[in-house]
Amino acid sequence: MALLEVNNIRKSFGKTEVLSDISFSLEEGEAISIIGSSGSGKTTLLRCLNFLERPDGGTIRVRDEVLFDGSDPKRLSEEEIRRRRLHFGLVFQNFNLFPQYTAIDNVMLAPKLAAREAGKNRDDEIRKQAEELLDTMGLSNRMNNYPGQLSGGQQQRVAIARALALHPDILCFDEPTSALDPELTGEVLRVIRELAENRTTMIIVTHEMSFARDVAERAIFMDGGVIVEQGDAKQVIDHPREERTKQFLASYQK
Amino acid sequence: MFREVTISLLGGFLITLKLFVLTLVIALPLGLVISFGSMSRIPVIRYPVKFIIWVVRGTPLMLQLILIFFGPGIILGNQLWGGDADGRFLAALIAFAINYACYFSEIYRGGIQSIPVGQYEAGKVLGMKNGEIFRKVVLLQVIKRIVPPMSNEIITLVKDTSLARVIAVYEIIWDSQKFIKTDGIIWPLLYTGVYYLVFNGILTLLFNFIEKKLSYFE
Repeated sequence: MALLEVNNIRKSFGKTEVLSDISFSLEEGEAISIIGSSGSGKTTLLRCLNFLERPDGGTIRVRDEVLFDGSDPKRLSEEEIRRRRLHFGLVFQNFNLFPQYTAIDNVMLAPKLAAREAGKNRDDEIRKQAEELLDTMGLSNRMNNYPGQLSGGQQQRVAIARALALHPDILCFDEPTSALDPELTGEVLRVIRELAENRTTMIIVTHEMSFARDVAERAIFMDGGVIVEQGDAKQVIDHPREERTKQFLASYQK
Repeated sequence: MFREVTISLLGGFLITLKLFVLTLVIALPLGLVISFGSMSRIPVIRYPVKFIIWVVRGTPLMLQLILIFFGPGIILGNQLWGGDADGRFLAALIAFAINYACYFSEIYRGGIQSIPVGQYEAGKVLGMKNGEIFRKVVLLQVIKRIVPPMSNEIITLVKDTSLARVIAVYEIIWDSQKFIKTDGIIWPLLYTGVYYLVFNGILTLLFNFIEKKLSYFE
């Protein structure tokens, strides 16, 4: 049984169909990369998984629990959405760190609020975890800096630590290096590679083709809101079968 | 004479100050409520609120003072406020509070809407409640952004209190004018400018301090 099963997800904005009939699955400990040109629906797909958009139809299952079922007309309560979306973590293209908090406070904020809601004081434990996460990200000397004092690459690594602090089943990356200067992409790709080596379950939307091929077991190529091709990452990126995939990859000098 | 005038004007300035402080106490929170109304997704709330803001910002505060003070007497045949100093002060306070709440609401709205949607989305994907996102993530960023326009508006309020004179509230301008009648001297009227200037100087320092306090991020 796969960890994540996405079936027939559809989404339209007005008359524009952004996702049509998207189905794929993901095993625990597996990383999958999603490639495709801008506007192909990659970001919308991640946003649907994280409940930032509501799909028009289809189902999303994690560990046999149905998180979303388009045929169920019942609207989910805010509480229920909050609980369900915690199966996923999301790292944004633009980091979206909270500017008024230091790096470590950014990482600790959500776990602290969650602990308080559960009526527990776990501050020491949460701080220890945050320190460890930032240390893993190579930021042990930057914990008390504000986002504005950090480079883009450092900010994105804080954002990754912040997402990991909630222990999501599946961590999603939405073009994590697209907002970075070229010389800063390496440090972010390196930590994502380390996560893959540690068997973190991930969905990575990226324009870095060699990275997409090396870091993930499998790759999905999307175009015009549909999955054109999916399979072994090396096969899809180095030896694509579909004509559209070939055309897309030809625009990259790998 | 100078001493006498200074002390007398101080009395008038206390009324000015009282009107200023009480207006802020009411208008700052009321403005937030109005701003939520003007951003409401429900049209039956949003449009009436926007209409009120349009009327209040679109007509002179002096007319609003006159309407609120004399209106009940003219329209209802009922002198709601009483003719004494307290009644006039209360009418002035209500006019100022409504007027400034509407201006503040637009500043709040601008501040709230200037926060990138990514901040809300980051809070959401971290499992935070909407209230938590507003209080823990958005609010301080909004405050930082609205300090400059708010300080502008608050300094304007200090000077606008002089409009209360039209319904005979004994604020500092009114107070200074009695010297024209009794002693035939006009310099006390000009002298009131010093009071406004000193007080606004103090406020400016205070706002600079707040801005500096909030400059640690972004």
